[in-house]
This record gives sequence, structure tokens and C-alpha cells, in this order.
Amino acid sequence: MIVASPKSVTELKNLIARHGKVLFVGCGTCVTVCLAGGEREVSIASYATRMARKIEGKPLELTQVTIERQCENEFIKDLADEVAKAEAIVSFGCGAGVQAIAERFPGKPVYAGLNTQFLGILEKQAVWTEKCLGCGDCMLAQYGGVCPVTRCAKRLLNGPCGGSTEEHCEVDADRPCAWQLIYARLRSIDQLDRLDSIVPPKDWRPAWHSGARKIVRKEHQV
Amino acid sequence: MTQTNSPHPRESEAREPKAWEPEIIAFCCNYCAYAAADLAGSKRMQYPNNVRIIHTPCTGKIEMEHILAAFEKGIDGMLVAGCLEGGCHFLEGNLRARKRTDRIRETLDEIGVGGERLKMVNLSAAMAPTFVQRVQEIVETVRALGPSPLKSPTQKVSAGKP
Repeated sequence: MIVASPKSVTELKNLIARHGKVLFVGCGTCVTVCLAGGEREVSIASYATRMARKIEGKPLELTQVTIERQCENEFIKDLADEVAKAEAIVSFGCGAGVQAIAERFPGKPVYAGLNTQFLGILEKQAVWTEKCLGCGDCMLAQYGGVCPVTRCAKRLLNGPCGGSTEEHCEVDADRPCAWQLIYARLRSIDQLDRLDSIVPPKDWRPAWHSGARKIVRKEHQV
Repeated sequence: MTQTNSPHPRESEAREPKAWEPEIIAFCCNYCAYAAADLAGSKRMQYPNNVRIIHTPCTGKIEMEHILAAFEKGIDGMLVAGCLEGGCHFLEGNLRARKRTDRIRETLDEIGVGGERLKMVNLSAAMAPTFVQRVQEIVETVRALGPSPLKSPTQKVSAGKP
């Protein structure tokens, strides 16, 4: 899922400084699961922002709505009535959600209420870790299901660097060395022979290096 | 004619603006602080009447929105009173409440309300004197801080009187 983190109340307050009537929009999918932009988080942010504005002597009229998914027009269109009443929108969705809302309502300012971080998983309660970079050419089969492109700080594809200590990364001692994990995983599934072959330099063209990507699948088009 | 002696002294008294008194909400856990407050009453112990007690099943049941809503409405201070650490009836409700109150205290500081207005305390059902002491402390802290900046001018003169 997409993992995001909340912006501070001061940031939110500054984002909407020029508006008096604002709509806060939460998203019921990824950012709800990562406790950043769901109904509850939007409610807490609303209380805090309203109070901050009241103290400044510029009371804020704030409405909050949480839709199922901000990245789909099918759900965004339900916002039309509330959007019409507001001067501006703060989207508590990921970056995709913010832009989808902005495209749908071209006449309204739309601001991001969250900092979108990465594609990751819930490691344990309230701890998320990055697992995928979305490079467009998945190499996980080669590495026993542990991604060195994302999880190795140096993105090494042919074995570890010399810096890891006690199974930890030299860049961040709290982070496990991806190559240690790859070795352990390949050994446990009896596929260590995969490490015998040399992986050529990664082709980054399917990644973001040539701009925003687009996928068209004709078989599903109507 | 100037009237020097009002025929209805109580009525004229009521019209005079009253000095500000802190308005405090105390969220009290059913298994400890609420019983401690009850015990304090049974023992005829005195504590400031600025506090309004809200009976909760556990401090872990108090949502962050509950606390923020009270502050938005102009409450001057809040006490969250839960069981002693390790003594929660639901194992860790009070520990969760501690983390939430810490987080809200940061928010209150950031927006200019003042994190000192929110305090979490831990006590047992038998600790009536401690309850009284904690109430006195929060009332004194809030009195020193003055009215909440979120209080409306009308609330500032009429607050604190039942």
C-alpha cells in the first residue's frame, strides 16, 4: 500500500491561510490503513486547524468528508456538492489522490494535507517500512523475494558492499542489510545458485527516468 | 432616582460580571480515579469545584477527538486520570491514553493553547488524597496560565460557576 505521513498543523494552517471556507477530504483506502488520512485523522486535523485559526483571530469554516478512494473519479464525483460550497480543498489522500481531485475540479485550489512517502507494508503496529520503488521491471525472483533496488541503500544488484556490520546496513544501523536477507532467504528456499549469475546493470527506462509513466491495456478497454 | 439598596440583592449580584475561574474537565476511569473521587467525597475531602468529572470505562476509551473537542469549546484545562501503570483493568488502556495525551499536548503547544493545560495522572481507587492533590495541581496550573485562548469573551466572565 501507499504509505503517507501527516503534515504538521502549522503547515496545514499555512496552506489554507488565504481561505475562510475549506473542505478537508480524507481517503478510505491506503492512507486510512497507515493512519494518516482516514476519517479519524481528518477529524483530528480539523479540530487542530480550526483551533489554530481561531487563536489567530481568523476563524475557519471547515467541512470534512472521507470518500472510499480519492484516486478514482467514480468516488471523487460524490464530492461535487461539498466542493461547490468550499473555497479550497485539502486532500488527505496520497499524491495521486490530490492530483485526481485537482483534475476533477479545475476551478478549485487543491492542497496536499499529507506527505506521501513510499510503497510499503505495516511492519508492526504504527511502524511501516518501504518495500517497493515501483521501478517497472521487477527483479524479485532473482533475489528470493527481497528487493535490493529498494532495500539496499546502494541499490547493489550483485552482492553486498563491504560496509554492513552485524547484519545491519552501514547507512542506517537500524535497517537490516538487504543482502544479508537475500542470502538467508535464498538459502532457506535452496536457491543459492541464483547468486552465481551476474546481473547486468539495471535498465532504468521502465522506471520514472523518462517522466510519468502510463499503462494502457487494450484487453480491458471499453 | 438613584437606587442604592436593591430590593432584590441576589438578582443584581447575578448581573455583575464574575471573575474568571478555570473550567477543568476530568476524564476519570471507572476502575480507579472515579472511585477515588467518590471516596474523596465519602471522606468529606475538599477539592476545587472547578472540575467537572466525566465517567469513562477506561482512559483507553478516550479518543483524541474527545479531548480536542473540549478544548475547541473553550475548556481551560483537562485531567485524564487512569489506573496505575500495570494496573489497567483492560491491561494497557492507560498506557495508550498516555501516548495519546502526549501527542495532543504537542499539538496544543504547536497551536498556541499550551500543552500544560492537559495532564494525565495515574492513581488507584484507594488514592483519594492523591486525586484531590492532582485536582488542586491542575487547577493551580491552569489558574497561573489564565483563560484558554479559545474561550469566547462571554465564557471568560461567566465560566467556573455552577
